[in-house]
Amino acid sequence: MGSREEQTTANNKQKQDFCGQAVATRDAYGAALLELGARNDRVVVLDADLSGSTKTIKFAKAFPERFFNMGISEQDMIGTAGGLSLTGKIPFASTFAIFETGRAWEQIRQTICYSNLNVKLVATHGGITVGEDGASHQALEDVALMRVVPNMTVIVPSDGFETKQVIDTIAEYEGPVYVKLGRAKVPAVMPEDYKFQIGKAHTFNIGKDVNIIANGIMLPAALKARDILSQEGIDAGVINMSTVKPLDTTALLEAAKNSKLIVTAEEHSVIGGLGSAVTEFLSENYPMPVKRIGTNDTFGCSGKPDELLKLFGLTAEDIVKTIKTALGS
Amino acid sequence: MTIASQSRDIAFLTEQARNVRIEILKMLTKSGSGHTGGSLSAADVLTALYFYKMLHNPSEPSWPGRDRFVLSKGHAAPLLYTVLALTGYMDKSLLDDLRKLGCPLQGHPSSKLIPGVEVSTGSLGQGLSIANGIALGLRLDKNPARVYCLLGDGETQEGQVWEAAMSAGHFMLDNLCAIVDHNGLQIDGKCSDVMKIEPVAGKWSAFGWHVFEIDGHSMEEITNALDEAEKIKGKPSVIIAKTVKGKGVSFFEGKAEYHGLTPTSEELVKALKELGKNGK
Repeated sequence: MGSREEQTTANNKQKQDFCGQAVATRDAYGAALLELGARNDRVVVLDADLSGSTKTIKFAKAFPERFFNMGISEQDMIGTAGGLSLTGKIPFASTFAIFETGRAWEQIRQTICYSNLNVKLVATHGGITVGEDGASHQALEDVALMRVVPNMTVIVPSDGFETKQVIDTIAEYEGPVYVKLGRAKVPAVMPEDYKFQIGKAHTFNIGKDVNIIANGIMLPAALKARDILSQEGIDAGVINMSTVKPLDTTALLEAAKNSKLIVTAEEHSVIGGLGSAVTEFLSENYPMPVKRIGTNDTFGCSGKPDELLKLFGLTAEDIVKTIKTALGS
Repeated sequence: MTIASQSRDIAFLTEQARNVRIEILKMLTKSGSGHTGGSLSAADVLTALYFYKMLHNPSEPSWPGRDRFVLSKGHAAPLLYTVLALTGYMDKSLLDDLRKLGCPLQGHPSSKLIPGVEVSTGSLGQGLSIANGIALGLRLDKNPARVYCLLGDGETQEGQVWEAAMSAGHFMLDNLCAIVDHNGLQIDGKCSDVMKIEPVAGKWSAFGWHVFEIDGHSMEEITNALDEAEKIKGKPSVIIAKTVKGKGVSFFEGKAEYHGLTPTSEELVKALKELGKNGK
């Protein structure tokens, strides 16, 4: 047993790390960046006029000389981040996911990835839970766009606790990384002893009937689906595949070999993202039934996040329904 | 060996530029593929940078104090490779294998393969943003090194160039000097026919840059402008170098088709004669 002081320090640290807290992953990012900026002066941050939304504004206020607001010019932001990395800085470049990955895709490919520069692309407002802004602002293609580029690492954290660790980890990793974060508040799902590692999935449990491979906001939905299924006698497992590239094929294979069905769940198009990555691997290495849950080759629309999740079939109930249909039960 | 701006010897630099052109032509004839016109048009500018203005150290390509060069018009790779070889970054014999399988001299420069290439380029319009980032990083580090960026004039049709031009003006990057190789031609013909870029000087000036307009084949004017640019404070400088595409070889000069065509063996003999090398 530690002293009361030690316990207080531990509790404060946990609070700072967002362990067990329901926060938006973008808020965890803002806080993580601020802390990172204080301990590593190589960290610089760029934003394209959305610092209030991406939460890089916290860093901007604390370290104005290391913050560059590039205005509404994502392509220039990516190139500038690349240049800063060439002087030994660790640039974090942030804007909304669709503008970061879509508007500046070829800059990311040519300047950042072909030269293998140490630039961290941390985008917020990924997915339909952007809500009211509608389709123009809802990135459902970003993971696909980033996954296809050589040298890129792609991470979709699930909650604030994981996001904090992802940001700390990628600052120490040399090379391009894309991180997709969300706008809306999300429940805390990762256990207290969780330690994020690039390319390492977290297996909550292995189910004998089905295993759900999820990331981002679909992880809490997957866990809820597992509990509903369990009440109906279906043994479901859940894996948090927060790193989409490189995919943790060891964890995936273990889940595949021990169940009859694999279901992927992501707040992204079923084309090109986690569902594709899992399906590509399994079809070549361990062919078995797979169902992908995501948006079905369609744009989003305006609405409240919860309404949109229902409309696009991204709830725990949708996961349950898909699994029961696939298992014929 | 650190090459620096010790002496401004115009005759020496002119001779170096001639050597650079000869090597470019020989290299492109061997490869049978590559960009001739735009390599020759910027040969004098790059010679002035690498043999006169820039402080750099070919035996230690990543020396932190070095002046940086970004080739935004990445298709002028044969020119960059030549000055890198002639200043000692790599063995000159590598020039024989331009664009060949296994040779580090890719069609467009790859920074992971060649020491001295700061960043990979080739897709147009991206270099100036990178140069800005380097300039910002150097300024943060209080590193007095300067950044040079060469753009094509047709390249300035890319929107990102103007995003970057706006940024450099906004951040007052006086440690940055852009050079526009203004040869007036692009693949499909004259810039003025394809997509008008004039007024070139007025555009840069409107974005907050100090503008120099020079004859891009006069070593005197190039070196002067590079020296003067260093004295401009509080804003970035751009040198608009009026050039001739294919400069140095009469039958290539001013011909858009030689953007991407290489000399035949017969043309090489004639070209080297014009450059005073008698086919050697």
